Amino acid sequence: MSDDQVLVRVQGLKKHFPITRGIIIQRQVGAVRAVDGITFDIYRQETLGLVGESGCGKTTAGRTILQLYRPTAGRVIFDGTDLTSLKGNAMRHMRQRMQMIFQDPYASLNPRMTISRIISEPLRVHKLASGPEQVERVQELLRLVRLNPRFINRYPHEFSGGQRQRIGIARALASNPDFIVCDEPISALDVSIQAQVVNLLEDLQDQLGLTYLFIAHDLSMVRHICDRVAVMYLGLIVELAAKDELYDHPLHPYTQALLSAVPVPDPKVERKRRRIILEGDVPSPVNPPSGCRFHTRCARAQELCSQQEPAWRDVGGGHFVACHLV
Amino acid sequence: MTPLLEVRDLATRFHTLDGTVYAVNGISYTLEEGQTLGIVGESGCGKSVSVLSVMRLIPEPPGKIVAGQVIYRGQDLLTLDEAQMRQIRGKEIAMVFQDPMTSLNPVLTIGRQISEALIAHMGMSQEQARARTVELLEMVGIPQAADRYRDYPHQFSGGMRQRVMIAMALSCMPSILIADEPTTALDVTIQAQIIDLVKALRDRLGMAVIWITHDLGIIAGLAEKVIVMYAGFIVERGEVDDIYDDPRHPYTLALLKSLPRVDRSSQERLATIPGLPPDLLDLPPGCPFAPRCIYRVERCLQENPQLKPVGLHHEIACWVDVTTGREQ
Ligand SMILES: Nc1ncnc2c1ncn2[C@@H]1O[C@H](COP(=O)(O)OP(=O)(O)OP(=O)(O)O)[C@@H](O)[C@H]1O
Ligand SMILES: Nc1ncnc2c1ncn2[C@@H]1O[C@H](COP(=O)(O)OP(=O)(O)O)[C@@H](O)[C@H]1O
Ligand code: SF4
Ligand code: SF4
Ligand SMILES: [Mg+2]
Ligand SMILES: [Mg+2]
Repeated sequence: MSDDQVLVRVQGLKKHFPITRGIIIQRQVGAVRAVDGITFDIYRQETLGLVGESGCGKTTAGRTILQLYRPTAGRVIFDGTDLTSLKGNAMRHMRQRMQMIFQDPYASLNPRMTISRIISEPLRVHKLASGPEQVERVQELLRLVRLNPRFINRYPHEFSGGQRQRIGIARALASNPDFIVCDEPISALDVSIQAQVVNLLEDLQDQLGLTYLFIAHDLSMVRHICDRVAVMYLGLIVELAAKDELYDHPLHPYTQALLSAVPVPDPKVERKRRRIILEGDVPSPVNPPSGCRFHTRCARAQELCSQQEPAWRDVGGGHFVACHLV
Repeated sequence: MTPLLEVRDLATRFHTLDGTVYAVNGISYTLEEGQTLGIVGESGCGKSVSVLSVMRLIPEPPGKIVAGQVIYRGQDLLTLDEAQMRQIRGKEIAMVFQDPMTSLNPVLTIGRQISEALIAHMGMSQEQARARTVELLEMVGIPQAADRYRDYPHQFSGGMRQRVMIAMALSCMPSILIADEPTTALDVTIQAQIIDLVKALRDRLGMAVIWITHDLGIIAGLAEKVIVMYAGFIVERGEVDDIYDDPRHPYTLALLKSLPRVDRSSQERLATIPGLPPDLLDLPPGCPFAPRCIYRVERCLQENPQLKPVGLHHEIACWVDVTTGREQ
């Protein structure tokens, strides 16, 4: 893929959270290696999925890409500009172009603010509109997410979960971003409401030319909404490919296990399906296992796997994987 | 043959400051020995309240079981006093909840919590209870069970705590295990471990299982019979294959259509169900699904349909035949 088709380039990105001891003099005694060196591109107007077990570093990766966390190492190049070197006004200007939608539509909206105030916040912060122009823009945003513009003076508690998620989406769209990190935007919603929000996100992408990083637990929904999917394990991406390629031909033993664990709403298929049951839990990111981090749970692990970290490489056609056996 | 458990016209309400919540509105079902029943529905449709009513664990007030019978081995549980009910709970019918942390005591060791139940219910001695506890922890796949006996709940991961809950539920060899969304808070990999465990134990011990979930995928692989709930009513029930291959209630049909699948490529737009789930404080007079239903006819707004057969062991509560789109 040529350079101008890439919107976000992530190179060797790391985010470690220090663990400190001591009350008066704090000493660093270790670090949570939440994101530990990830490299990938996000293409313009695509949806890249990011999946993996709880605690593997998905949210941290999303926030570090947006520079909401200062990276420990590595670079994020957004539309040709290295974000890690930007400061002050230049960074603020860039921020307009990158937004985030959160998992919990209840916790992410200030209960004491009206919908109008919530949605117009980015307009005020970035001084994009004020007065009647601001009101007009808020109404336009509400129409865009298919909420009634007459709702502008109501408060979050007057809305359902799905409606609150639409308000969160409207706020994210206010500054006209190109790139949105969607962190589990539908996990907290009822099954019948999830499809409504997913369709809305897809329509907005077509209409506004948006690029999404879509973090999710629901691997069936990820297959539906994404163009390509990246699988994370303990702070690293272990496999990345176009979605049908990844789901139909997973190469990494972790991806294979993860996909096999997802139940299918079809009893005939379920009776025939073979599950790869992984033993135990994800190890701690404070002391990740040596070599391949998955070796403690991998049924195919060899001696080499605990000694040497497998390289991250393209095995053909943009299918990336890190495993000694592939 | 008389069923192991028969629930008849069960209705439970909550009297709150906002008004009466019609949580469960006259549901009936049976469960045979060793059978697995799946109860599916969206959040707030009355799944938990329906089984908490069976266990007589509804907080009263504000809640009240206002009608029905729960017949377990010929005895109506709703007529028992609390002391008799304690003998049923845990020993005959055991329950596992969504959030294991709320049901484990944080200041007691895991081992002590299980062995105390064994001493109380099974009349075991300290040593017997201890040995049996280690056995149970091994059975649910806790590594180094003897060493972990002295651990506290916070030292266990979410998946391990749920295993402990299952060990505890199984400690007295109940004939029915009720699992209320035990894997909703867990990763799919850990969910697969837990489902695998329950299936193996069910087959080995011959227990009946009631598994509650909002995930139609889990039920497809686990249950023999399925109940679909909406707004405190059963809207469809049948054998698992009937529900998935030949859904007849507009809600079940729409729900199945809106689900993408991990084993299939999907380019099309997802089918959606318009509107919102109903408010149980203010149910419409007719069919509760009517405001969102594309098959709706005039009658749906006035009268709430009763369950009626559409096949052998297959029933729906609907005025319309979805195969023709006409009132039946
Ligand atoms: N601010 C922080 N300080 C210290 N550790 C953190 C912080 N934020 C995250 N972590 C740790 O970093 C690791 C990755 O966390 P992260 O929230 O990115 O995971 P995730 O993949 O988003 O998980 P989930 O699926 O549960 O949302 C975890 O071990 C977490 O406990
Ligand atoms: N203790 C309670 N007090 C008041 N209302 C309750 C209580 N418990 C449950 N409800 C209400 O009963 C209805 C059914 O709840 P529940 O059975 O928990 O749903 P679910 O199907 O998600 O398990 C909901 O409207 C819920 O708000
Ligand atoms: S490198 Fe080894 S341990 Fe890691 S996934 Fe591949 S086979 Fe398994
Ligand atoms: S009774 Fe009427 S409104 Fe209710 S599900 Fe059937 S067709 Fe729809
Ligand atoms: Mg997260
Ligand atoms: Mg519940």
